[in-house]
Amino acid sequence: MKLDCKHVWEHISEYIDKTVDANLREDIERHLEHCEICSAILDSTRNILVLTADDRTFELPVGYSKRLHERLAKELESSEKDPKKE
Amino acid sequence: MRMTETNEAGLIARILDGEKDLFHELIRPYERMVYLTLFSILKNEADAEDGAQEAMINAYRHLASFRGEAKFSTWLTTIAINEGRKRLRKAKTAAEESIEEEAEGHEGDYTPAPLTDWREIPLEALERKEIREALRGAVAELPDIYRQVFTLRDLEELNVEETAQALGINANVVKVRLHRARILLQKRLVPFLRTTAPPRRWFFGRA
Ligand SMILES: [Zn+2]
Repeated sequence: MKLDCKHVWEHISEYIDKTVDANLREDIERHLEHCEICSAILDSTRNILVLTADDRTFELPVGYSKRLHERLAKELESSEKDPKKE
Repeated sequence: MRMTETNEAGLIARILDGEKDLFHELIRPYERMVYLTLFSILKNEADAEDGAQEAMINAYRHLASFRGEAKFSTWLTTIAINEGRKRLRKAKTAAEESIEEEAEGHEGDYTPAPLTDWREIPLEALERKEIREALRGAVAELPDIYRQVFTLRDLEELNVEETAQALGINANVVKVRLHRARILLQKRLVPFLRTTAPPRRWFFGRA
């Protein structure tokens, strides 16, 4: 089967997640070999995901962890019973 | 990295047996996840932090109800989502609440934007601070239902099933929303990337 670009775009997310079936995967790969536009779209989308997973992109507020554990410590201390019996 | 489920089960049993302080250790691998979940719903640092603390306390209080049918991380994410939604409801008037029911099929253009100038994003560009800012901005502007799925899948790296379970939607809806979120982000970031200098090195190239 010959895929057009639009068809590739519709499956781009599943292709990245490797959840397209084997036949479609092959068709997409064949298309990517000669289509610069789809290759560029795929690469840019993948790179966005790499950037998203990079801890520096979405940072936690400074001191978040410390404040969280302080609050938890207070909670643990004030709960006389263990959580099972509450 | 995350603890194994066996370790977690052991920790939980000990906490429930009275070694309360181990709760600190139990949740440490998930601090970031819980915060980001709250942030994806509340879109505000202070509220997200407050919500994250509350969610962790809720998790502690209800720890005995964790049965190990779901992974602990998924259970905790569900608690975080509930906390976020509760806060959102409080902040919103009843009239505004209907916005939450954003229809799945709402019309929009979910086709990616072509990059005509070059095929790959240069590694230098990915290292730049501005592109991180642009990405944060673009994620913040996603429709809520897309941002939440995107956050759980691509930021917290939950799988499709876990995401579906945590959000109370089915797996296909997760896939559709994720696809749209990714395409919308690709479109938003392409114009930004076009303005960067031509690359010298390649990242993820398909040479
Ligand atoms: Zn193409």
